[in-house]
Amino acid sequence: MTFINYASREINCKIVYYGPGLCGKTTNLQYIYDSTAAPAKGKLISLATETDRTLFFDFMPLELGTVRGFKTRFHLYTVPGQVYYDASRKLILKGVDGVVFVADSQEERMDANIESLYNLEENLETQGYKLSELPYVLQLNKRDLPNVAPTDELSQELLRKGEPVFEAVATTGTGVFDTLKAVAKQVLTELRKS
Amino acid sequence: MPETPFILQEHQFHRLRNVLERLKVECAARAVFLIDQDGQTIAFHGDIGDMDTTSFASLAAGNVAATSSMAKLIGEDAFPGVVHEGERESIFICVIGRCLLVVVFDERSTLGLVKIRTKRTSHEVAAILDQVAVESVAINADKNSFFAEISDDDIDSLFS
Repeated sequence: MTFINYASREINCKIVYYGPGLCGKTTNLQYIYDSTAAPAKGKLISLATETDRTLFFDFMPLELGTVRGFKTRFHLYTVPGQVYYDASRKLILKGVDGVVFVADSQEERMDANIESLYNLEENLETQGYKLSELPYVLQLNKRDLPNVAPTDELSQELLRKGEPVFEAVATTGTGVFDTLKAVAKQVLTELRKS
Repeated sequence: MPETPFILQEHQFHRLRNVLERLKVECAARAVFLIDQDGQTIAFHGDIGDMDTTSFASLAAGNVAATSSMAKLIGEDAFPGVVHEGERESIFICVIGRCLLVVVFDERSTLGLVKIRTKRTSHEVAAILDQVAVESVAINADKNSFFAEISDDDIDSLFS
């Protein structure tokens, strides 16, 4: 839920990166963190297992600038991708303003993408949201790998509502900021409409 | 649709700050925070030193979200209070609707005192938050509000 504070003149929004295990959600955040100047970002918090898999969530606050005198701050979260952390994923979707679905482009991960996307729709519904009504972007990640499925094929399986689609290589930053900008823009546009 | 934005006006912020200031004194606490359940800081007061309040708020919200789900698994509706006791510093979190009142205290206070004072204050905070929620809906419905005036250029300028 967007939080607007007139006293500190801030607009705070929550964006969640969703997707199957090892698709690159944390890598997206890590790249944004590494490429952003200190005054615009807070700490990157990672609640991870000993083997660096996301256990609960990753979090970082990011300031994008001001709109009509209000600082716009985006709180970026990732969910744990592994199937058995579903209870945690549900919690992190609470109060969400926009979602990025990070798909793993490798052919053998197609089923995992589809399963995770169904899981997203289901978990949004338990929180009272509909994917069709939320700001939403699809990112096709890992485009640099040799065994990727064609983008047409991925889009055909994963597109839900004509959302913006970005090809990405999160490890090098390709497409990372384009994805973020697209979802942030939708969130702010939604705020104006509301 | 995303939920209606929560819009905190300046006078409401100052009322909340005053309540937090008073609670801090009454509890002999180090700091007091009001955080929404999505992990955003609404107001705080006290000695925070170089504490990263943004991270603190998101972790407190994650903590309460997890313990509330655990409560449901054992047949409880929720845990209205969550306590973390450390060697020197401790935290008491009181759930008020969709917000959290978080008191950070040390050996100068006691958990019993913090619980009693926080519970009493929670009613006052709840009343202010109810008013914020009602007025947020009205501000949102106002077609001439500040938000309706945000233009495409304003949004684009953030990304240029």
